[in-house]
Amino acid sequence: MEHIRTTKVEQVKLLDRFSTSNKSLTGTLYLTATHLLFIDSHQKETWILHHHIASVEKLALTTSGCPLVIQCKNFRIVHFIVPRERDCHDIYNSLLQLSKQAKYEDLYAFSYNPKQNDSERLQGWQLIDLAEEYKRMGVPNSHWQLSDANREYKICETYPRELYVPQIASKPIIVGSSKFRSKGRFPVLSYYHQDKEAAICRCSQPLSGFSARCLEDEHLLQAISKANPVNRYMYVMDTRPKLNAMANRAAGKGYENEDNYSNIRFQFVGIENIHVMRSSLQKLLEVSGTKGLAVNDFYSGLESSGWLRHIKAVMDAAIFLAKAIMVENASVLVHCSDGWDRTSQVCSLGSLLLDSYYRTIKGFMVLIEKDWISFGHKFSERCGHLDGDPKEVSPVFTQFLECVWHLMEQFPQAFEFNEEFLLQIHEHIHSCQFGNFLGNCQREREELKLKEKTYSLWPFLLEDRKKYLNPLYSFKSQRFTVLEPNTVSFNFKFWRNMYHQFDRTLHPRQSVFNIIMNMNEQNKQLQKDIQDLESKIKQRKNKQTDGVLTKELLHSVCPESPTLKTSLCFKEQTLLPVNDALRTIEGSSPADNRYSEYAEEFSKPEPAVVSLEYGVARMTC
Amino acid sequence: MEFSELIRTGRAQAQLLRGPEAPPLRGTLCVTGHHLLLSPGPQSTPDLWLLLLRSVDSIEKRVAGDSGTIILRCKDLRVLQLEIEGVEATLDIARSIEALSSLESVITSFPFFYRPKGLRLGDAWHFLPPERYYKRVARETDAWRLSEVNEDFSLCPSYPRAVIVPRAVDDDALARSARFRQGGRFPVLSYHHAPSGTVLLRSSQPLTGPQKRRCAEDEELLRAVLAGARPGARGFILDTRSAQAAKQARMTGGGTEAKAAYPHWKRLHRPLERGRPLQESFVRLVEACGDPEQSMDRWLSRLEGCRWLAHVKEALSTACLVAQAMEREGACILVHGAEGTDSTLLVTSLAQLILDPMSRTMAGFQELIEREWIQAGHPFQLRCAHSAFSHARPKHEAPTFLLFLDCVWQLGRQFPLSLEFGEGLLLALFEHAYASPFGTFLCNSEKERCLCEVRTRTHSLWSGLNQPKEQRKLRNPLYVLNPLAIWPSVEPQSLRLWQGLFLRWTHPPEPAEVAWEKVWQIVTGREETEGSQPTASA
Repeated sequence: MEHIRTTKVEQVKLLDRFSTSNKSLTGTLYLTATHLLFIDSHQKETWILHHHIASVEKLALTTSGCPLVIQCKNFRIVHFIVPRERDCHDIYNSLLQLSKQAKYEDLYAFSYNPKQNDSERLQGWQLIDLAEEYKRMGVPNSHWQLSDANREYKICETYPRELYVPQIASKPIIVGSSKFRSKGRFPVLSYYHQDKEAAICRCSQPLSGFSARCLEDEHLLQAISKANPVNRYMYVMDTRPKLNAMANRAAGKGYENEDNYSNIRFQFVGIENIHVMRSSLQKLLEVSGTKGLAVNDFYSGLESSGWLRHIKAVMDAAIFLAKAIMVENASVLVHCSDGWDRTSQVCSLGSLLLDSYYRTIKGFMVLIEKDWISFGHKFSERCGHLDGDPKEVSPVFTQFLECVWHLMEQFPQAFEFNEEFLLQIHEHIHSCQFGNFLGNCQREREELKLKEKTYSLWPFLLEDRKKYLNPLYSFKSQRFTVLEPNTVSFNFKFWRNMYHQFDRTLHPRQSVFNIIMNMNEQNKQLQKDIQDLESKIKQRKNKQTDGVLTKELLHSVCPESPTLKTSLCFKEQTLLPVNDALRTIEGSSPADNRYSEYAEEFSKPEPAVVSLEYGVARMTC
Repeated sequence: MEFSELIRTGRAQAQLLRGPEAPPLRGTLCVTGHHLLLSPGPQSTPDLWLLLLRSVDSIEKRVAGDSGTIILRCKDLRVLQLEIEGVEATLDIARSIEALSSLESVITSFPFFYRPKGLRLGDAWHFLPPERYYKRVARETDAWRLSEVNEDFSLCPSYPRAVIVPRAVDDDALARSARFRQGGRFPVLSYHHAPSGTVLLRSSQPLTGPQKRRCAEDEELLRAVLAGARPGARGFILDTRSAQAAKQARMTGGGTEAKAAYPHWKRLHRPLERGRPLQESFVRLVEACGDPEQSMDRWLSRLEGCRWLAHVKEALSTACLVAQAMEREGACILVHGAEGTDSTLLVTSLAQLILDPMSRTMAGFQELIEREWIQAGHPFQLRCAHSAFSHARPKHEAPTFLLFLDCVWQLGRQFPLSLEFGEGLLLALFEHAYASPFGTFLCNSEKERCLCEVRTRTHSLWSGLNQPKEQRKLRNPLYVLNPLAIWPSVEPQSLRLWQGLFLRWTHPPEPAEVAWEKVWQIVTGREETEGSQPTASA
């Protein structure tokens, strides 16, 4: 609280982000310990969590006041105009302090209190049990065992305590191999395909330099390929571009030499590194945030940002992995440099293609817990939870979510969850409201005592399960067991609902999903009503009391429509409001759209041709 | 002329390849006057494959050894490959298809021979759009009348017999105004927006020429429009050309309305692409969509380079501007470009879809197309003579109608519950506009259709489409009447490539279709349970 000097500023203007004229809403800005809140004259509230703020910028003073531009990690961009410069300065300074915390303990999760007792909190944390998940996959078994080598984080700090390795890999082999791998991240099991008896394994790059080799590492890889009784050779996928991998050799790192390892097939995949991805997203956002964007500039910007190319590269890598298992029955070892970014993307996406369980709500949570959280994807650094090195920030997990979204677009019936679920997860990797994504590895999380001091996100998402269901999901359909997406370029599109989730004017005005969801609900409700009524008729027939019957019937025919509970702590429903509100949205005034701004010139007395020059000029050039 | 003269060979053995998804078909190939047939024999399914020759856009032949290959690129963007036994047979069949698919005579075209079961000639030709629409207008206002001044098409060959004009203007004045407008297309009513009392008119450019000629009757006509709307009403003339292009048109006798001559009317210029550049845009987009191997960057740059989506955006935002001026500003609008038969119709028909809930119904949309495109004289025969594959240099071809359908598709995507028809209808209209067994899209104007007796000698597409068996394909199961105007977002992020059309054959969106079927099931399931409820409670 010591950072807050002004808690309330009146007469603040919120500018429309895409408006070329200076259209705005006037309201009051409040600053709380956790949120920035704007309430406009229509009493509409805009909540911005301090942790969501990526950058605050104070622009040069104008006649109407001092502009303050806030960019959020969930792609919300707000542009305020504060009447007095002093207020603006105070808010600016407070937000700078509040959005960049130095210590984990100052993050929202440590003060967030959803009114649960300790046992409920614990239950929440126990919802996802990875040991249970490995059991579901069928390990331990005769080929794979649980290793206690890392029980005290002695071999690898960034791995979880419980790791699954081939049955024949002894502890000395593991220790030897871990010394030959960057950050000690030796090859371990990520996913086991029961039917094919093939495995997805993951690790970091070997410290091979130009010629170094390590017998233990070679043995471990051999053990992995031997653990597959069907196919003796295994794939080693280096997810980096070949050039990057070669450059690493000069630093004593690098990639596996095929001559030293028996039965491996080595393959580069060519996904770019976190720095390329960060600047690619930046370019994408610059383009899509342009006021008065022309169609051609949009597409040339989309192309030059390279974003969709990167998404396709990740997807292609996952497909390669899935094919190796499904078609060739081969095990696959995946790594990049440190094995926590691209490796997590490819392993998790590959498993998602192979196993329909991960396409359920619960399964998707398990997948994130397993391949991202437990294997040490550095959420805190990649999402910039604390004031740290901006070069460590990168949208790696966002890319994973986008790949899943692209799969949902191609296979509308294959997923139990909908787009809103992905958006909500994306919201919370940055919100620091729940403990799941804090810290960079399991060890750090234990030190922070997150399970005692914070809450887990998953039970809260499950509570709102209805909101995240895909009405078209068909889990029975056998054809969707393994997804074989088509990655022709046509299939990759700009994910408007992610990058413009707060720019409502860009969204479709009516949502098919909502309406179908409601219909499904109604169908179920009606069917239940029919059953109720029929049983009542039976009962009443015996009693022959008609008067009461009609009264009862009338009462139950109009069931209350199911209302969705929304808690304030969750992101406001940014997609479309359900039924009632729909009417007002679709009849929304044309002023919400940009064509209106040419038309504002209508009311002016001057010749229209002159006043329209701006619009015309822009369209012809 | 006998078709048999053009058919060089009756039959050959062939194998047909229909893209990556469909299995190849082997059988006897046969060329008839209007069709290409492939009969795989009675035991196989389907037992007959049929292609309307009229729908062949370009043909490519290759021979090697003792067999040949013919690649047929169709107007609906399908690409078919025929492997034919025998070199002579291949060449003969190719020549026959070439000759038969490019016949220009209307009255020997297939619609004049097509006699489907279950339909009677003359059905659904009862559509008399101007007359029918006038009945609706007359209920709302008495400022307008139905004029039969064009009864014999002498005033304006591209207008229908009857047009809706201001009550205060007599037929003589109309005749003078017609002489002042290119092609005789004097301003007529396109749409009356009852809630605001404003009207949408369309015409062609005035023939002001370099001398800046004027026409008192034409000015009077537009004055009468404002007087009939409401006191103090203002008007806008929306020219679909740039200010410069409109000015240049004076050199060739055309031009645009002078400010001084038309008080209370203001001119706006919103240049829309038309003619050859639009056709080229279409061709380049289809080319880009035909190459599944290209890299992401190449695809995006070609998508940008073809500019198709930019045209979609311009068309939509111009229509929105018109709709907004009517609904919000209470202004009357006159739309014209040069001839007033292309972009003009695009704008007026889209504006109506945005404003008028009736035009968003199945029947209303068909009526809109009949009234604002077919009867309004969009030269379908010239514009749709060739699609995107033709090697011939385009003369009059332009995909204006396709651009309209794409814009409607974008509206449907943004308002998925507000259109009674689905993508299926739009695809069907695209196909039939370019090649059809029905007579609806034949000829360039009502006058030509009368001369060819299209109404009495061919079947109407509408009666074909409105058969019950077609409905599930064409209707939108989620439709609920939306009485409000629908204002789409025209930002590039909100517009999408119409995959269902442009990638329909290269890239069948099968899972999406399965999902759509599921939507139908949910919706019909709901109706069934709802239907069964009263019986349970009764």
